[in-house]
Amino acid sequence: MYPKIPLTVNGQNREIEADPEMPLLWALRDIMDIKGPKFGCGVAACGACTVLIDGEPVRSCSQPVGDVEGEITTIEGISQGNELHAVQQAWMKHSVPQCGYCQAGQIMAAVALLEEIPNPTDEDISDAMTNLCRCGTYPKIKAAIKDAAQTLGA
Amino acid sequence: MSRLGKCTRRAFLGLGVGAAGGLAVGYYFYQKPYANPLDANKAEGDTPFNPYVMISADNTITIIAPRAEMGQGTHTTLAALVAEELEVPLEQVVVEHGPSSPAYFNAAMFEESAPFPFYDEGVMAEIARGSMKIVAKFLGMNVTGGSSSMTDAFVKMREAGYTARFVLLKAAAEHFGTSEDNLTLADGTITDTTSGKTVTYGELASKAVNISPPTEMKLKKASDWKILGKSQKRVEIKDKVTGGRIFGIDVQLPDMRYGTVRMAPRKGVSLKSYDKTAALAIPGVTDVVEIRTIAGEGLGVVADNTWAAFKGAEVLEIEWDDPLSLQNTDQMWSALENALTQEATFELGGTGSDAEVYTSIPASEEVSAQYRVPFLAHATMEPMNATAQHDGSTIRIWTGTQAPGIVQTVVASHFDMDSADIDVTTTRLGGGFGRRLDADFALYASVIAEATAPHPVKVTWTREEDTQHDTYRPMAIGEFKGQVTPDGTLKTMDMHVASPSIIKSVMPRTFPAISPVGPDNTVLDGAYNQPLDVENQRCQAHVADLQVPVGFWRSVGNSINGFFHESFVDEAAHKAGKDPLEFRLAHMTSEEFLPAREALKRVAEMSGWGTPLPAGKGRGIAHVLSFGTWTAQVVQVDVTDDTVTIEEVWAVADPGIVLDPGMFKDQIMSGINFGLSQALGQEITWADGQVEQANFDSFDAMRMYQAPKITVELLENSPRMGGAGEPGTPPSTPALANAIFAATGKRIRQMPLSNEIDFI
Repeated sequence: MYPKIPLTVNGQNREIEADPEMPLLWALRDIMDIKGPKFGCGVAACGACTVLIDGEPVRSCSQPVGDVEGEITTIEGISQGNELHAVQQAWMKHSVPQCGYCQAGQIMAAVALLEEIPNPTDEDISDAMTNLCRCGTYPKIKAAIKDAAQTLGA
Repeated sequence: MSRLGKCTRRAFLGLGVGAAGGLAVGYYFYQKPYANPLDANKAEGDTPFNPYVMISADNTITIIAPRAEMGQGTHTTLAALVAEELEVPLEQVVVEHGPSSPAYFNAAMFEESAPFPFYDEGVMAEIARGSMKIVAKFLGMNVTGGSSSMTDAFVKMREAGYTARFVLLKAAAEHFGTSEDNLTLADGTITDTTSGKTVTYGELASKAVNISPPTEMKLKKASDWKILGKSQKRVEIKDKVTGGRIFGIDVQLPDMRYGTVRMAPRKGVSLKSYDKTAALAIPGVTDVVEIRTIAGEGLGVVADNTWAAFKGAEVLEIEWDDPLSLQNTDQMWSALENALTQEATFELGGTGSDAEVYTSIPASEEVSAQYRVPFLAHATMEPMNATAQHDGSTIRIWTGTQAPGIVQTVVASHFDMDSADIDVTTTRLGGGFGRRLDADFALYASVIAEATAPHPVKVTWTREEDTQHDTYRPMAIGEFKGQVTPDGTLKTMDMHVASPSIIKSVMPRTFPAISPVGPDNTVLDGAYNQPLDVENQRCQAHVADLQVPVGFWRSVGNSINGFFHESFVDEAAHKAGKDPLEFRLAHMTSEEFLPAREALKRVAEMSGWGTPLPAGKGRGIAHVLSFGTWTAQVVQVDVTDDTVTIEEVWAVADPGIVLDPGMFKDQIMSGINFGLSQALGQEITWADGQVEQANFDSFDAMRMYQAPKITVELLENSPRMGGAGEPGTPPSTPALANAIFAATGKRIRQMPLSNEIDFI
């Protein structure tokens, strides 16, 4: 009934049957059972669903799955085996998360930011980190990004 | 400052939960503990010692932290209470929320609900607090709210750890055939120092549990604490940096269906007719289900994925029957204005002065102001959701709830079942802020699950549905009047607050069988119970039903009255020609207000209060005592080109005892940003019987570029323990409004402040 859609997710080739209009977020969560990207708003306003497509941050709730071109990376795909990504480690070191619901999206946005700007200023961080956090963890997110920048630059 | 004179018996039965007849039940039943809920679920080799501690033969030590983890770090600090006495490091224990059981009642939340100021330790206040504790136990309120988890658990969970350690040591002495004096404990292992031999807790557990528990609790002194009082790593942190499947929305069950709801605009509006043809034509949509419940009416859509359910719900054609008279926000303001002209519904606190003093203030000495705040949504990051499975005789529910006991009661009552047949698994919560004290989302999922039976169904609300079907923070008007004498003394303060009653709204949704008695102190919290010496004080509530469901929103009445009260004190200081800090300190000379004075003095030092600032910048100060924590804040703003930047916030909080300084400071920071978010543009308004805001484009919150630098310090002067999750919120908004006044001379008395001045 639905067309087959080939996808590369976290380095694995997948093929799903879905309405091409279905947002990538729901294809990941409901069809592929990848639960790291979270649903927050459905209109690309909060960033809880942020994934990377070829390294670029994308709000997967507003990205039709049929239009995806490139490799998809979710939070499940950024650590190397048991070793967490430097951004995740910085998040742990600074005790960033509170409720934690937005943090997978925040971390993905931060990973993309540091790929693009290895040593971001406060202004760079404010410009790039537009994801919403209702627990208001922004000061800690900022500190953790700067810490991760140092680790990655070292 | 005595408030006892005005206390009637009706008043001390307390707010909402004065269970009819409940208080009369005998002492014996209250003393009798609930059965240990862990006994029912234990596996081979597991030994439950009490409702909080289970030790397995392989030495896995499980601590039950029966409160909702919604970001406040409660699982970590609750586990620390037990681990401290059990002599095991936090890294070595498994922390679980545990089953829904009345054994985990929260007495502290209801204790503080009694209508007395926190610092009032008079006989009547103590009796009232005690009564509320008994009520909480009878109702089995396994509730997370009121910033009460630590106050509630502080003794009982340390005792749980101590009793387990006590019998383990006795069992070890018997095992080694030596005296307890020769034994040492560390990391879940007991060593016989005479032989060097060791035995684990797990090896001793099945024997130890049969040893008589201690009759006397010899808890450690704070000076001997190894875990408590120090910052700990969150027990669930790894899940939260790896996208862990820990939230209600992540629940995945075999053969699960997906669903969503489209509910009537509010409770009281009914489902008249509908056409489901278009919805059923959406590929993937399999069913449309009628929902008629105590919380609201509407339709559920079932599909084979969430997105299809959303699309189906969107195209449903529904006609509602709306008999409600208040259809728009202007009518609601009028209703509140009208309530202010009527005799007060009740009053709390106050000095009992003759009414005449409030009407005979000389015009030259009068200061008066009217303040307003709108309805607010909670806007948790994780939209409301619940998964339910109905098998005819039992219903299983998986959801992020702050009140699993209320979910059981409400669902059982809908299906005319026994609460024991409703099984609730509490997941982690993607934000709560009070929204998840209601049970509507779990109730609707259960109704839909009856239609999908035997298949479970995960019901997820769209953001629009979530924003438009909240149980809102009430809108309110504060009419404040005072007398400032020529020497600069605030001699008289008359406070009138018009607002809907949260308790009156919540009780019929949650405990329909119990009628609320006594005053709903949440209407006046943050106004009647503040540490201020004023010769004549009166605080009256004018309750009006605005036909809108209202609920508990982080800091509840304090979020409203903190803004009113602390804005007014600032206005009075300016009327007196005094510095707002000095003015406050001059009106806080009572001995019991020492924590407030110290918090204010420290926050003034930290912020450089009184030192000159460049033109266009200003500082504002506020202090609110809420949930037992004395919290002072200074906000500094820059106003350039008529646009406000919130540059920096300094906060000092005094909860008496700090169990985890890192976690506590994080909560104050979070509470500040949650509070300031209101000022930046949050308001829920009504037009034609509908909420006008829908998603984050119309109901947003603070973003990174708006976030101020925040510095928090903690003090421990208070004689009693206070909470962490909410007290950061109330002082933030008045401190901001006061700072804008200091920078610009513009006094803004209505939230959101953004309606009168731009923010970056």
